[in-house]
Amino acid sequence: MTKIKTLADLKKMRSSLKGEIELRQQSENPDSVVQVKVGMGTCGIVSGAKETITFFSEALRKRDIPAVVTQTGCMGYCHSEPTVEVTLQGKEPILFGNVDPAKADEIIEKYIKKGQLVDGVIPITFKTIED
Amino acid sequence: MADYKFHLLVCGGTGCHASNSDVLAENLKAELAEHKLSEEVQVVSTGCFGFCEKGPIVKVVPDNTFYTQVAPDDARDIVEEHVIKGRKVERLLYVDPNKKEQIGDSKHMDFYKKQLRIALRNCGFINPENIDEAIARDSYAAMAKVLSEMTPKDVIQVIKESGLRGRGGGGFPTGLKWEIAANNEADQKYVVCNADEGDPGAFMDRSILEGDPHTVLEAMAICGYSMGADKGVIYIRAEYPLAIHRLKVALKQAREYGLLGTNIMDTGFNHDIELRYGAGAFVCGEETALIRSMEGKRGEPTSKPPFPAQEGFNKKPTNVNNVETFANIPPIILKGSDWFSSIGSEKSKGTKVFALAGKINNVGLIEVPMGTTLREVIYEIGGGIKDGKKFKAVQTGGPSGGCLTEKHLDTPIDFDNLLAVGSMMGSGGMIVMDEDDCMVSVAKFFLEFTVEESCGKCAPCRIGNKRLHELLVKITEGKATKKDIRNMRNLCHVIKDTSLCGLGQTSPNPVLSTLENFYDEYMEHVENHNCPAGQCKALMRYYVLPDKCIGCGACARACPVGAISGERKKEHVIDQHLCIKCGACLEKCKFDSIIVK
Ligand SMILES: Cc1cc2nc3c(=O)[nH]c(=O)nc-3n(C[C@H](O)[C@H](O)[C@H](O)COP(=O)(O)O)c2cc1C
Repeated sequence: MTKIKTLADLKKMRSSLKGEIELRQQSENPDSVVQVKVGMGTCGIVSGAKETITFFSEALRKRDIPAVVTQTGCMGYCHSEPTVEVTLQGKEPILFGNVDPAKADEIIEKYIKKGQLVDGVIPITFKTIED
Repeated sequence: MADYKFHLLVCGGTGCHASNSDVLAENLKAELAEHKLSEEVQVVSTGCFGFCEKGPIVKVVPDNTFYTQVAPDDARDIVEEHVIKGRKVERLLYVDPNKKEQIGDSKHMDFYKKQLRIALRNCGFINPENIDEAIARDSYAAMAKVLSEMTPKDVIQVIKESGLRGRGGGGFPTGLKWEIAANNEADQKYVVCNADEGDPGAFMDRSILEGDPHTVLEAMAICGYSMGADKGVIYIRAEYPLAIHRLKVALKQAREYGLLGTNIMDTGFNHDIELRYGAGAFVCGEETALIRSMEGKRGEPTSKPPFPAQEGFNKKPTNVNNVETFANIPPIILKGSDWFSSIGSEKSKGTKVFALAGKINNVGLIEVPMGTTLREVIYEIGGGIKDGKKFKAVQTGGPSGGCLTEKHLDTPIDFDNLLAVGSMMGSGGMIVMDEDDCMVSVAKFFLEFTVEESCGKCAPCRIGNKRLHELLVKITEGKATKKDIRNMRNLCHVIKDTSLCGLGQTSPNPVLSTLENFYDEYMEHVENHNCPAGQCKALMRYYVLPDKCIGCGACARACPVGAISGERKKEHVIDQHLCIKCGACLEKCKFDSIIVK
């Protein structure tokens, strides 16, 4: 077992361990990070939502963007699956349709990083009980 | 490192543990393995979430879905529905008792909205048996800062400026206590953590130790550094096996990392901690009795001075602090005294953990800023009184505290305000009572506890409390006179003024405060031999309502003492001299013709 000998050791160790609880840490304050919800109803999964969600969580982590990626049930837009809802801090949620990994990449680079809208936005027509 | 998409946090506190949360965690792991998801979903056993009313709790991260009363068999649905299909398992969601609606996640629960978690910051968040998770959450960072950047005097200064006061009951300024211990020169000094927690219904300290043991170890080392003590002792009751287990694991891990022991972080500072077990006597929570008990002697208090800081464990300067007090230390060091003193009320800084119990919807563990009102705690966080009944009183401070009423509900809770209204903070027990509770019986309950727990060393406590209890019994039996009430009040003051330790000095408080706030209820017992709440058995009368009784004889057959007589198909009567008030007749009667008055 390596001993922790200095403050620097502890700091190094802490930052290498941060990942273990990062998900928990971010979900403490979901409003302060980017929130991505992927529709994972049967329709979503059949259309490849699984690849989409994996892409989002890996890409956001690799690109150092603090985010919470969650799955949710079918959002009712089965014609445009996979659907993804993205909420930036202090903004209204935006819903994107037909999000495959390539589209997801575009959403991250343009909307999440720069706030520019991309094609494929679905107008949101309802509110959920949680709002 | 595995890249988990979900963390399933399963409560492993004593309450949820008792409801098989460990089996649940195993089942979740098995389900995940079966679906080849072990790499994507992590199951973590955490400390207490505080929402003990509805345990076992499972919280899903990142979406914060909060599942309550989860049985081991529910593991399949959580994995197959929530994890795989992304659909919340609705039947396990928390239902707000007042609004009657399902709440999807913890961020929307009233129980958590007003809470501010400092001492409990890691409870329900990390796996307490994994030091790496603790370090990721900044454990030992405060100790590292202290050892590398601060002098012992700096540390004491920060704690003094923070305004932190002891959470074990007395509310003594912690920084000042450390300073006194630091100024007493000796070849050996000790840091002692008081984890005796003897108040009935209290489990704040237990939950901290179970959920975040490293915080306490770290804080003790910091204290040791500030006062020059290389030995720490945690005095914990043997009735806390889970907390003891987690402490042992934590001690082992901290030593392996070199965070406890000799030459910590190459600074030449030594500190190691051992455990001492108590047999669960309330008086052993009193610091001088605790020290005697640690020395292997009878757990009896001694008079102060000398204070432990002058002559404590093994006659050496000793600093005794409560578990929760210690849990506040690392955040104060890391975030600064200004941060801490900006929270709370004028003279009581920071937060306080309370164990909510009694007739309240959300029984559990909460932490709120000092200065939060009783009303906010009871109605907003606690969800109000059970079954829509009427609030009657709230008892704070356990056997040393008092009962407060409706008119005190808007009192901001802090050390001084509670004392001013005749109760006290104590260690944080909070028992809520409704219209069905008899206040004389409540006072009697606490006195029973005190009589049982008095060590017997001094006469006022040993004999006085016994007499006090007898008077209360007399009242609940309807045999007391007005003179008894006067004598009782006098006796209370004598016990308070002349007892040796805090136990006797505070034990009459439940009596005095109920006398003050519920005098009419006492008088009703004395003058009319009536218990308005219908709790005092001896004062109850069972009657048969003649016009409702059809003479079936079920009650007479059920009566164990043959107190009920009557002819078939004719009304029956209860002989009051024979009746033992067991209530068997009431249960058997199908026609609601038996009443209690
Ligand atoms: C009868 C009695 C029981 C006590 N029980 C406890 C206890 O269980 N835990 C505790 O921390 N302090 C208890 N105390 C208070 C301790 O004597 C002491 O004041 C406290 O541990 C100091 O720590 P603090 O300054 O951090 O609060 C008790 C006091 C009395 C008089």
